[in-house]
Amino acid sequence: MSLERYDVLVVGAGPAGLAAACAAAEQGSHRVAVVDDNPSAGGQIWRGEAGRPKSPSAAQWLERVRASRLTMLAGAQVVDRPEPGRLLLETDAGPREIGYQKLILATGARELFLPFPAWTLPNVTGAGGLQALVKGGLPIQGKRVVVAGSGPLLLAVAVALREHGAIVRVVAEQAPWSKLLRFGVGLAFTAREKVQQAVGLWGKLSGVRLLSGTWPVAAEGNGRLEQVTLTNGRRRWHEPCDYLACGFGLVANLELPLLLGCGTAGGFVTVDSMQQTNQVDVYACGELTGIGGLEKSLVEGQIAGYSAAGREDRASELFAEREKARRFAGALGQAFALREELRKLATPETIVCRCEDVTAGRLAAQPDARTAKLQTRCGMGPCQGRVCGAATSFLYGWPCEPSVRPPIFPVATENMVAR
Amino acid sequence: MSSEATQRTLSLTINGQPAQVAEGTLVAAAVLASGQTVFRQSISGQPRGPLCGMGICFECRLSIDGQAHRRSCQIVCREGMEISTDVA
Repeated sequence: MSLERYDVLVVGAGPAGLAAACAAAEQGSHRVAVVDDNPSAGGQIWRGEAGRPKSPSAAQWLERVRASRLTMLAGAQVVDRPEPGRLLLETDAGPREIGYQKLILATGARELFLPFPAWTLPNVTGAGGLQALVKGGLPIQGKRVVVAGSGPLLLAVAVALREHGAIVRVVAEQAPWSKLLRFGVGLAFTAREKVQQAVGLWGKLSGVRLLSGTWPVAAEGNGRLEQVTLTNGRRRWHEPCDYLACGFGLVANLELPLLLGCGTAGGFVTVDSMQQTNQVDVYACGELTGIGGLEKSLVEGQIAGYSAAGREDRASELFAEREKARRFAGALGQAFALREELRKLATPETIVCRCEDVTAGRLAAQPDARTAKLQTRCGMGPCQGRVCGAATSFLYGWPCEPSVRPPIFPVATENMVAR
Repeated sequence: MSSEATQRTLSLTINGQPAQVAEGTLVAAAVLASGQTVFRQSISGQPRGPLCGMGICFECRLSIDGQAHRRSCQIVCREGMEISTDVA
């Protein structure tokens, strides 16, 4: 297999990765490439906008990507690091090895899914998950949708679904109004533009019931979703719907950083002021270092990119901006902290590990994640614990860091053997 | 179909039935649009469909052009594609 070499290789083509790649590529002589497993660049937030950007920030950054001479490798899944300075990718055209001097990790985050009765029914999706499918061409016109879970993503998803013609009946945010209010008041003093964004989203949801302190307790339906039961802790009621779009926040995609030996704390990669991990010449930015949204991703990405290209001077000019973005991230975590009741939604029959159909009843009897794995196969299916790992961590207090070994994604045997 | 998708139309088959989708449509979206909500059966026989929409959960896997276990949320439709769910 021939080896392509780059000075700077970025993994992840969301805002953080694109900002990092632009910052590095604009320094002149560096050969820069971006790898992403999605069919096109943009990550989740700018998904489907590569051709026609909708937001000003997407337009600006995607134009910067076009203007810089970087190589985009979309539809390529990183499966292993066969040796330091090399990554093995799986693509539609077979395996591919890429060499690098500096590596910038911007693998982003996935949604946190928590089990409740019948959450495995078809048409119960992630919140961002349903938005991604709609951006990918799923017709949602006239479909009744309940959006539930937690975090600022819920409002954005509700607005996007509505713009595509969905009938969004309810947005159910589990965080109580008191916490959201404190968060909003804090933002009004520290980041007024965030409040304006939220109010703007709110304004686009007239006629939709926006309920705080409300969460789903069960999905119901015969073979497919028909209704969801919601509660506010005092009473329960049914909402008939075609889709339940439900996510309880975001979890960093740590598999590749852990494979590379990067240090982590509390579910995120730890970095120094230049966004460098404890592994020399390996950087991390965006949701990987803490959930903080678009602004944090863009500024951390630029710092990582400048730093990897040897321009620490330019990187340090952005420290104040990063500090502000990180303060917002901290406030976000507090406002949308998950309530205790969510730990008790699963009944003994509720499936927790969807790959291996392991129920909460079987898992409750296990002392730790390792024993659970050996006794029940929890986390040993195709997703390798990407869904149930964070859930069992929340439900049972088991450590959330996955034990990682190559390949970090299921890979066709011929692609492993080909090397 | 979604405004993000371009106007060119592709022809493909889903469980042997002809279907037309806009260029740029994800396989998962095409299958759901055809009315098929069940993509696979779990190891205990339960119906499952797409969950995460971003290549993480493997619930949307199906066969494409005879190749099994493809994540349909990460693959864009191509002309003449043969898609089949394992519950057809």
